[in-house]
Amino acid sequence: MPAKASRAAFGEALLELAAKDDRIVTVDADLSKSTMTASFARAYPDRAFNVGIAESNMLGIGAGLALTGKVPFVCSFACFVVGRFETIRVSVAYTSANVKIVGTHAGIAIGEDGYSQMGLEDIACLRALPDIPIIQPADEAETKQAVACAVEHQGPLYLRLTRQSLEAVSPPGYRFQLGKAVVLQPGTDVTVLASGGTVFNALEAARRLAAGDVRAEVINVASIRPLDEDLILGSAGKTGHVVTVEDHSLAGGLGGAVAELLSEVLPTPLKRLGVQGFGESGDAGSLYAKHGLDPAGIAGSVLKFLNR
Amino acid sequence: MAQPDVVQLEAIATACRVQIIRMLAHAGSGHPGGSLSVIDILTTLFFNRLRVDPRRPDWPDRDRAVLSKGHCVPALYAVMARAGFFAESRLITLRKLGSPLQGHPDRVALPGIEAATGSLGQGLSISIGMALGLRLAGSPARVYCILGDGETQEGQVWEAAMSAPKLGQPTHPLDNLCVILDYNRIQLDGLVKKIMDLEPVVEKWRAFGWPVLEIDGHDVAQIDKALDQAEATRGKPTFIVAHTVKGKGVSFMENDPEWHGKAPKPAEAIRAIREILGVSEAAWPDYLKTDRSTAELAAELGRLEKK
Repeated sequence: MPAKASRAAFGEALLELAAKDDRIVTVDADLSKSTMTASFARAYPDRAFNVGIAESNMLGIGAGLALTGKVPFVCSFACFVVGRFETIRVSVAYTSANVKIVGTHAGIAIGEDGYSQMGLEDIACLRALPDIPIIQPADEAETKQAVACAVEHQGPLYLRLTRQSLEAVSPPGYRFQLGKAVVLQPGTDVTVLASGGTVFNALEAARRLAAGDVRAEVINVASIRPLDEDLILGSAGKTGHVVTVEDHSLAGGLGGAVAELLSEVLPTPLKRLGVQGFGESGDAGSLYAKHGLDPAGIAGSVLKFLNR
Repeated sequence: MAQPDVVQLEAIATACRVQIIRMLAHAGSGHPGGSLSVIDILTTLFFNRLRVDPRRPDWPDRDRAVLSKGHCVPALYAVMARAGFFAESRLITLRKLGSPLQGHPDRVALPGIEAATGSLGQGLSISIGMALGLRLAGSPARVYCILGDGETQEGQVWEAAMSAPKLGQPTHPLDNLCVILDYNRIQLDGLVKKIMDLEPVVEKWRAFGWPVLEIDGHDVAQIDKALDQAEATRGKPTFIVAHTVKGKGVSFMENDPEWHGKAPKPAEAIRAIREILGVSEAAWPDYLKTDRSTAELAAELGRLEKK
C-alpha cells in the first residue's frame, strides 16, 4: 500500500460508508478541502453542511443533528475544533450527543504553517473529559477501519488525523478495535509505544536498535482512550522500560496516559518523547529531527534511556 | 393551534411560579429572576404548543424545546412536572445530590431535557442542528429555542444567528425553528444596557436574515399568537423578542439584579408565593384557610426555616 495521509483515507472511508448509511452527515467550517470531506459534499450535497469559519457553531449543529438520529462528522484542524473545548464539553460530551469529532492536521508534522495551525494539545484536552474515545490511526488501512468503528460506536468520539502521508505499518489482516493496541515488532529490551504519525519512525528506530542488539518491542497505540492496559502492562512487565513517542505535547497525551497507568499499577521507568514548547514553521522532517521524533532521535533516546 | 385558554394558561403559570419559589427555597441556591421572567413563555409552549408525550420522551417526531439559558431550569422543571414528565414531589430535590434535577439541565439524567445547557451561548447551535436533522428526516416536528438576553453577548450565538436563515436552503429551510429571546434586561452583574448593551436587538436579528416579532413575554395570548405566526412563516426561522420583567410576580425581586442568582429564604419564599397568588398580607391567614395545598406549602416552608 502506498503512503497516504490519514485525512485522505478518512475522506475515502466516509464516502464508502455513506453509500450504505444515510445517517452519516458532515459539518465543516470552511476547511472541507483540507479535512477531505469535500468529495463527500460533492456526492451528498444534501448531507454536507458548511457553516463557514465558525467551529463552535459547527460543533453545536453537529450535536443537534446527532440528537435527531444522524451520525455527524464535524471536521476541522485538530487545534481549531478542540480549541472550542467548552462547546465540546457541554454540547457534545455532557449532552452525550453522538458526534464524531475529526481533528486533522495533528502535530508539528504539518510543518510550514507553524504553531497556530498545529494540533498539539487536543489529546490532553479531550482526555480530561469523561468517556470520549480518542483514536489516532497510523496508516490508511487502520484509518478506514477506525472511521467504520466511529460510525458503529454509540456516543461522542474523537478521531485524530494527519496532514502528512503515512507509510503502511499495519500487519496483513489487521483489524482495528477500540481499546486494543497491536504489537508491530516483538522485542524484549524496551517497550516503544507510538501512535499516529510517529509509528513508522518508531519501527525504523527499532530496526536501527536491532543492529546494536537492542530488541525494542514496538506497539501501535491507535486507541489512546480506552487504552489497552493489559497489553501495555504485559509488555512493560516483560521489558522493564517504556518509551512513548507521539506528535503531541509532552503533557497529557499518550505519554501522560501511559505515565498515569504505569505509576499507579506497575511503576516502570518511562521516557516520554513528544513536542516541547510551541511548535514553529519548518519542513516536517527537520521539525521531527529537532524534537527527536525521527528514527535517529527515537533510537538515540532509547539508547540513552537504557544506558547503552 | 387551538385558541389559547388564557385563563387556564395563566393559572398554570401562576402554579408554576409557586413551584419555582418552592424548589429554590428548598435548594437554597439558584436563579429566581430569570425563571420568573421565562415561565409564561414556557407555560404557553408546554400547554398550548409543543407536541410532546411525557411517556415517550424519545419520540422522534416530538417538538423540541431547548432552554439555552439553562440557569433558569427551575421554570422548565416546573412545567415538565406539571406536564407529567415526572412527579411534582420531585421538584424539591432540585440541586440535591443524586437528583436528576441538576442545577443546570442534564439531558442524560432527566428524560425530556433535550440538551445540556447552562454554558451560555450554545443552545441555538444545537437547536439549528435539530431543526436541520428533523427537516432531513421529513419530520413535522418543530424546535423552540429560548435565549437569555445577556446570553446573546456570547459570540457563538452570532455564528448561529448568521447560519440559521441560510442552512438547509433551498430544499430544507429551517422554518421549523423558532427562537424566543427572554428580554428581561438584567444579567448577573447588573443592567444589560450598562454591562454590554444589546441594542438595537430587532435590527440586529433582521440584518442577520430573521423575521422578527416583538411581544409582551408575560401575555400568553400574545405569546401564542407569535408562535402561530412563526409556524406559518415559510422559508426562514423566526425570532421573537419577548419583553419580560426579571422576577415577574414578586415585588421585591422584580427588576433587581440581586435576585438573578439568589434563592429566597423560607420567609421570603412564603411572601413571594403570597404575592404570586395576589393575596394581601392582611388577607393571607384567612386565605390559607381556604387553600389547603398552599397552606401545606407554607407550613412546609415554615419547617424549612427551622432547620
